[in-house]
Amino acid sequence: MKISELPGDEESGLTCRTYVFQDESHTLGNALKCLINRYDDVDFCGYTVPHPAESKMHFRIQTKDTPALEILKRGLKDLQKVCDHTIDMFEKEVKEFNKT
Amino acid sequence: MPKLEEKPRIFLEEYRLKNAANDYGMADEKWNFKKFAKNFRIVIVRLDKFEMEFDLIGIQPAFANAFRRLMLSEVPSMAIEKVMITNNTSIIQDEVLAHRLGLIPLKADPRLFEYRPEDATEGTEFDTLEFSLKVKCTTNKSQPKDSYRTEDLYENHSVYSSQIKWHPIGNQTSVYKETDIGPVHGDILISKMRPGHELDLHLIAVKGIGKDHAKFSPVATASYRLLPEVTLTREIRGGQASILQSCFSPGVIGIDSDGKAFVKDARYDTCSRNVYRYEDIKDAVILSRVRNHFIFNVESVGAMPPNVIFVEAVKILRDKCKSLLDELNNF
Repeated sequence: MKISELPGDEESGLTCRTYVFQDESHTLGNALKCLINRYDDVDFCGYTVPHPAESKMHFRIQTKDTPALEILKRGLKDLQKVCDHTIDMFEKEVKEFNKT
Repeated sequence: MPKLEEKPRIFLEEYRLKNAANDYGMADEKWNFKKFAKNFRIVIVRLDKFEMEFDLIGIQPAFANAFRRLMLSEVPSMAIEKVMITNNTSIIQDEVLAHRLGLIPLKADPRLFEYRPEDATEGTEFDTLEFSLKVKCTTNKSQPKDSYRTEDLYENHSVYSSQIKWHPIGNQTSVYKETDIGPVHGDILISKMRPGHELDLHLIAVKGIGKDHAKFSPVATASYRLLPEVTLTREIRGGQASILQSCFSPGVIGIDSDGKAFVKDARYDTCSRNVYRYEDIKDAVILSRVRNHFIFNVESVGAMPPNVIFVEAVKILRDKCKSLLDELNNF
């Protein structure tokens, strides 16, 4: 399993969670954080790589009332959309460039 | 195209940066995919087999940085991972030799190979390339008299990457041509030898990623910078114009037939703050960079063209999101 939940938030409802990503780091963490931070219903979002020798990334989400899990899923979906759009545009431009 | 004034800028003033990192707009803007897709543009500036320059306009720094990091450390390539040494009587030590061989760029499309399973002892045709390097240095029997040049005295005194021989395994002969596989450059010096020295090596190349070892990185460099802009606020002529010109990289400032300075092309400026040394012209210049205009430079090591490397990098991020989403759906 690549994702797990950090204990400690059981009492405080679904709106705040810290997820632990295995084998991920700043590449995904920062991109996802910057995206999720710009959602309306998010109070706080941040990530940390607690120790450089462990390939783990902690990802914290706090929201007003949307479940944190939902926000994380939405973030990943949006990031995927950004990637798809980038690939499409890039390949189109390369084709265009090679024509001329 | 948006008007100049609408572009978000960072200003390079004499002693400070204005509008730096978090004190302006972009970070606070709400996320809206449609708006992003509308403003996002890509411009290819230069593209050949090894090098590429392109612009990503209207993107977040976090995404640009993610793409750069992915190209450097998560796009796979093939490299020599194991070296079986049957004989090495040259002066270069076994481990140093093995390390040198690992760093030789191989032309083999990594997309056609699989990762070798960790517990596998034998490589298969799908995940391994095998090479051998067998060289012996001897005295040149037909050496010209009175010559002291090493190339006349000895044979095989320099071992080059072109002497590495590929040994196809399984059905590799039918899948790949002889020219598809091997070192990218034939003139990489591996070792120097004298008569009596001998190398007899068996090399095994596998697929890996730059995170594990830099030799697996498919790029020599992958970097981005922000588009520089130079704006002149008043007329500058004559001697002052040529001083102004000398403050910037060649080609940035032009001087027209009237002796008036104008900004020709700020794209390749190094953004040094040399102008601020001249009291009489420093008030005439505004130095800035466009905050959402990223100029990428990607230099391939040779296995894949740079445009393919970029697409592979973005695909890796997309697939990461996809597999994480799948996992979260069963959470």
